[in-house]
Amino acid sequence: MSLSAPAPRRDLPSVLLLAGLVVALVLWWLVYGQLQGAARWLVAVLPVANGSHMQEALQFFFYDVPKVLMLLVLVVFAMGVVRSFFSPVKTRSLLSGRREGLGNILAAGLGVFTPFCSCSAVPLFVGFVSAGVPLGVTFSFLIAAPMVNEVALGLLLVLVGWRVALTYLAFGLALAIVAGWIIGRLHLEHWLEDWVRQVRAAPADLAPEEMTLHQRLQAGATAVKDIVGRVWLWIILGIAVGALIHGFVPADLLAAILGRGAWWSVPVAVSLGVPMYSNAAGIIPVVEALLGKGAALGTVLAFMMSVIALSLPELIILRKVLSLRLIAVFVGVVASGIIAVGFLFNALFT
Amino acid sequence: MKNVKILGSGCKRCMDTAEMARSTAERLGITITLEKVTDYAQIASFGIAATPGVVVDGKVVHAGGLPRVEDMEKWLVDA
Repeated sequence: MSLSAPAPRRDLPSVLLLAGLVVALVLWWLVYGQLQGAARWLVAVLPVANGSHMQEALQFFFYDVPKVLMLLVLVVFAMGVVRSFFSPVKTRSLLSGRREGLGNILAAGLGVFTPFCSCSAVPLFVGFVSAGVPLGVTFSFLIAAPMVNEVALGLLLVLVGWRVALTYLAFGLALAIVAGWIIGRLHLEHWLEDWVRQVRAAPADLAPEEMTLHQRLQAGATAVKDIVGRVWLWIILGIAVGALIHGFVPADLLAAILGRGAWWSVPVAVSLGVPMYSNAAGIIPVVEALLGKGAALGTVLAFMMSVIALSLPELIILRKVLSLRLIAVFVGVVASGIIAVGFLFNALFT
Repeated sequence: MKNVKILGSGCKRCMDTAEMARSTAERLGITITLEKVTDYAQIASFGIAATPGVVVDGKVVHAGGLPRVEDMEKWLVDA
């Protein structure tokens, strides 16, 4: 039986890595600048009538697909590197024993940076609660983590503008903080499933990982492979829907339904969005197209938030740890918060 | 013989991790008993906050995300 020793890690020197990174960024920038021209050329070559609805839709599609994918790669890579400084275990030890209020704020902030996948929601939830993180603080984290993420913010920033991205960030965090705080104030610990309250585990004693620059960049590359590999289809679907809206849906019809005049559109958008599930990357091209047609910002963002923050699959997973009543409170508090955010946006951005 | 537990509810990454443990052990010629722990209460009792988790001979060596192959080799060889 031969026992080969593990291969030693070979890390490239930092200078070389940084130089490579700069070269890659410059190349990225050069290609990115050519996208609009390339899309125009491609659509001109295709046999569609000039100025037709179809042409507008195709133009939108061929420009947006590479643009969004390239942006996503950049944003996810950067965030993958940043996230290598955070981990759920570190976040948990920062949050355990925190009082409400400050704890909620911290939890929402950490939710943005801590690596999180919805398949991990239950272990994370139980891991937090059993280590003494208050219930409301755990919820703040659980609300912020999927909703306020780098994919949503990065795409909003570039496709819709920095003012909207910043407002989304602020209101997303505020929503997570306030909703978590309210749930904490209600003292619903007895609505957790029984087994969750019985778990009292000492946090696992994992040696903190010291990572080299090489490993952090690798973490970025892994994130790109993982996330872009998972969401590219959503994006293409989202852009196709966006392209159809852009090319074919009359602006006055949309403005009548989703415009600022129709006050009821915010609650309707939210109740449509809650059972729907899409990745942030898939919904933002739709947001871009809707806004271009004169839909009200608050209504569209409320729709987007409800699609991303509350979804049926996630609720089914959470049912394993939360009683139905607690799930109802969770959905009720978050949905009301999103509706409030929608109205506020519509009032603020005129 | 080493006992390796993979903690995870059956998500894609958990299965990939279990497969990595199996193939790495085979490649290095180490015999292990591989166990998949999918019960949430049991997973939680190991005190981790993210899955997949890897436990070698009762000690948690990893929690959250697909581990690196080099790390897996290290755990199997000298943990």
